[in-house]
Amino acid sequence: MAKGDPGGTTRSRRAAPRSKKGAAGDPALVQLLTPEGERIDSATGPDGTEYRVDFTDEEYRGLYRDLVLVRKLDAEATALQRQGELGLWASLLGQEAAQVGSGRALRTQDMAFPTYREHGVLYCRGIDPIMPLGLFRGVDQGGWDPNEFKFNMYTIVIGAQTLHATGYAMGITIDGKTGTDDGEAAIAYFGDGATSQGDVNEAFVWASVFNAPLVFFCQNNQYAISEPLERQTRVPLYQRAAGFGFPGVRVDGNDVLATYAVTRTALDNARLGQGPSLIEAYTYRMGAHTTSDDPTRYRIASEVEAWQAKDPIARVKAFLEKQQIADAGFFAEVDEQARRESVHLRERVLEMPNPEPVTMFDHVYPNGSPLLDEQRAKFSRYMESFEGSAH
Amino acid sequence: MSRIKTFNLPDLGEGLTEGEILTWLVKVGDTIELNQPIVEVETAKAAVEIPAKWAGQVQAIHHPEGTTVEVGAPIIAIDTDPGAGPLDAVSTTATPSSDLPTPSAASLAAVEVAPAEGMVEPGLIGGAAPGGRTAVLVGYGPRTTAAKRRPRKGAVPAQATAPTPAGVDHAVVVGDKPAMTTTIPAPQVLDRRNGVSGGAVLAKPPVRKLAKDLGVDLGTLTGSGPLGSITREDVEQAASGAVAAAEPIAVTAAATSAASFGADREQRIPVKGVRKLTAENMSRSAFTAPHVTEFLTVDVTRAMKALDRLRGRREWRDVRVSPLLLVAKAVLLAVQRHPMVNSTWAGDEIVVKEYVNLGIAAATERGLIVPNVKDAGRLSLRELADALTDLVQTAKSGRTSPAAMSGGTLTITNVGVFGVDTGTPILPPGESAILAFGAVREMPWVHKGKVKVRQVTTLGLSFDHRIIDGELGSKFLRDIGDFLTDPEAALLAWT
Repeated sequence: MAKGDPGGTTRSRRAAPRSKKGAAGDPALVQLLTPEGERIDSATGPDGTEYRVDFTDEEYRGLYRDLVLVRKLDAEATALQRQGELGLWASLLGQEAAQVGSGRALRTQDMAFPTYREHGVLYCRGIDPIMPLGLFRGVDQGGWDPNEFKFNMYTIVIGAQTLHATGYAMGITIDGKTGTDDGEAAIAYFGDGATSQGDVNEAFVWASVFNAPLVFFCQNNQYAISEPLERQTRVPLYQRAAGFGFPGVRVDGNDVLATYAVTRTALDNARLGQGPSLIEAYTYRMGAHTTSDDPTRYRIASEVEAWQAKDPIARVKAFLEKQQIADAGFFAEVDEQARRESVHLRERVLEMPNPEPVTMFDHVYPNGSPLLDEQRAKFSRYMESFEGSAH
Repeated sequence: MSRIKTFNLPDLGEGLTEGEILTWLVKVGDTIELNQPIVEVETAKAAVEIPAKWAGQVQAIHHPEGTTVEVGAPIIAIDTDPGAGPLDAVSTTATPSSDLPTPSAASLAAVEVAPAEGMVEPGLIGGAAPGGRTAVLVGYGPRTTAAKRRPRKGAVPAQATAPTPAGVDHAVVVGDKPAMTTTIPAPQVLDRRNGVSGGAVLAKPPVRKLAKDLGVDLGTLTGSGPLGSITREDVEQAASGAVAAAEPIAVTAAATSAASFGADREQRIPVKGVRKLTAENMSRSAFTAPHVTEFLTVDVTRAMKALDRLRGRREWRDVRVSPLLLVAKAVLLAVQRHPMVNSTWAGDEIVVKEYVNLGIAAATERGLIVPNVKDAGRLSLRELADALTDLVQTAKSGRTSPAAMSGGTLTITNVGVFGVDTGTPILPPGESAILAFGAVREMPWVHKGKVKVRQVTTLGLSFDHRIIDGELGSKFLRDIGDFLTDPEAALLAWT
C-alpha cells in the first residue's frame, strides 16, 4: 500500500468489486490508461457501470496538448508569484488529468463551479488563461463572465461552491431542462479537505433529496494543506455518497481518459434526470498547497517520488509514442507552443494595469446609488490629498 | 529603459515582511535564463527557490547567504543585455537612457524597478497606529513592522525622516570599479535590535520571572524580540555568559567540497565561517580550560533491549528512539546527582546552573555545529526524544538558528556514529563537561562469570579540572555508566 493511502480503508477496498485489471493495489479505481501508458479497453465501476472511451488520434493528441499547456501556464504563474508579480498562486501541478479529463467532458450548456485551483478546467472552458492571474495579482476580481463561459467565479471559501452548484442544479430541474439527451447538468469541484466541511455535506443532502442534476467532482489530492487524507476520512471518499443516497465512483485522477469517461457518464446521468453522483478523482498535489506553503514540512520525498511515477502527462506521451499516434516533431511542436504561450502570458501579466482605487465603487450596484456616489466623491477627495498622481 | 534590472525581494507569502537568504544558486558573472532558479529564500512560512525574472548576466549580488532581508530590498542586479558592450554609462535607476540600445528581450524587461516608497510616519498597525487601527481578530494578525505611508501634500520630505542603517552597500561593482549606484533608498538589512530606544524595558512576565530567578538585570540586555523586547533566549544567554557562542555563524559556500590542487599540489582553503568559529572556540578552550579525560567501558546490552521494548510500545510508535536518547537521559539524571558538573568557570566565581541546555555535537555540511536542547532536564523522555529528533533534523537540513547554538551548558558528542570507540573531546567554551559516546559493538565480555557476546560501548568524559576534581568527574561518569548498564534499576534508585 502506498504511503498516503488511508490506512483504514484497506478492508473496505478489499471488499469492493474488482474492476477489470484496475490499478495496482487499488481494485476500486477506474483506470483506462496505466502509468506505463498501456490502454485498458474498459473498466467497471463499483455499481457495475462500464466505462470506455473512443477517441480519434487527433483527439488523443488534443488531450496531450491540453495537459502540457495547462501545466506550463501553471508553472509560469508560479514563477511570476516568486518574482513578486502575483500575490499568491495555487498550483495545479499533478492534477492536470483530473481537470482536463473532466473539463473536456463538459458540454457547452453544463455549468461548472470551481475552487481556486481549477485553472485546467477554466482553460477547457475556453477562458483566457490570464483571467485568474488578474485575480491573484489583485488587479481584478476575476474578469470572466460566468454566464458566457458557464464557469462560475473562483471560490476561495472551502466547499461553499458546492451549495451554489446545488442551488443552480435545482434551478435546472425547475426550468425543466433535464430529462433529454441534450439536457443540462452542473458540476461542482472541491477537494478532499472540503469533504469535512458542513457546506459540502449539506450540498450532498440537498442535491440528493431534490435529485439535482449535479456531479460532485472531488479531486482527492491527498492533502488539505498539510493535513493528510487519513485525517479527513476512514472510508474511501467516494463511498460517502452511498450514505447520502447517490452513487459514487473513484477514478484514477491521473488518467485523463478514465476521468473523461467517468465524468461524461455522470454528467449524462444528471442531464437525463437521474440525479447527482460523486466522483473521487484520486490524484496527488505535486506542488505546494499555494505559494505560501512548504510541503517538505509535512510530507516525505519518497511519497512525492512514488506519485511522480504516476505522472498524468508522461503516461499519455508513452501511449502516443507506443501507438505511433504522435512523433517527436509533434511533441516538440507542443513544447514550443507551450513555451510561446507562457511567455505571452508573462508579458501580458506584466502589462496588466493597476485599477484606479476609485473603480471599486463601480460594480456594487448595476445602476449606482446616491449613497455610493457620496462615498465615491469623498474617497476621491481623500486620494487627491496625496502628492503625485491619484494612483 | 535600463539595461540593468534590479530584483527586489518580493513578499513570498501573503503579508510577510522579510526573508533569509539561504543559498545563492548563481554568482556574479553567471549567464542566466528566464525563470532559472537563482536563490533559495526562507521565510516564516516556507523555504522557496526564486526563479530569475529576466534572462541575462548577474551583475551584483547584494546580500550574502545567511542575511535576513526586508521585503522590497534589492537582492540581485541582472544585466539584461550583456552582449551590448560595456556598462559605463548605464545606471540602475529607473531613468530611461535614450542613447542605449533597446534590450533584445525588450518585452520581458518591460518592468522597471519600482521606485521605493518614501518612508514617513512609521505607524504600527495593531498598536498605537495613527489611524487608531487595532488588532484584528482573523487573518494573519497585526503587522509588527513599521507601516510605510505615502507623503501627503505639504508634508515634510520623506527622506528627511527615513532612517538609514549603515553598512549596506548598494553600489553595483563592475569589474574592479564602482560603476553605478542605485537610487533605491532605505537600505534593507534588518536589525531587529533597533526596536525601541530608552523608556521601559519590554519583556513578557515569564521572561521577567526567569531573569529574576537567574539574577539577570533586564536593563542591561538588548532585546532580540519584536519591538526590541527581551526574550527568554536573551536572558538565558546573558545568564550563561555564552555570548561568544551566540555570534551568528555566517553561511559559507562549501569551499571544501570541490578539492582542487594547484601546481604545487597543495590546496589553500580560506578559513572562515563555521571552520573559523570552530577553530577559535577549540583553541580558546584547549588553552584556557585545563582538561582531563576519563574513560569507562560499559555493557549496554540491557539498555539496548530496553530501547527495543520502548520502540514496541504503541505510544512510542512514531518516535525516533536511538541510543543517544538513553545517553542523554543518563547525563541529565547524573547532572541532577552532581549539579557541579553543569557549571561555568567565570574567573573569580563558578556559575552553577540548575537548568541544563544539553548540546549535541552535529556534523553537518556546513561543518561542526553544537545546537542544544533548552532546559533538557525538565523534559520527559518522550519530549526529550522529540527534541533530539527535531534538533538533529534541523541541523542536517542546515537550518539551525544561532539561538539554538547558544547557551549550551553540557554537551554530548556522538562519535560512535562514525564507527570509532571513543575520543578525548575538547570542551565547548563556557562548559565544564563534554561526553563522547562511542560505537556500540558486540564484544566478548564477562557476564555473570562467563565470557559472553555482549553489546559494549566506551564513554569518554572530558571536564574542566579547575571546577571538577577527579573524584567528582569519576562519580559523574560512573553514574552515566550505571544508568546505561541497567537503566530500569537506575531510574528506580534515583528518581
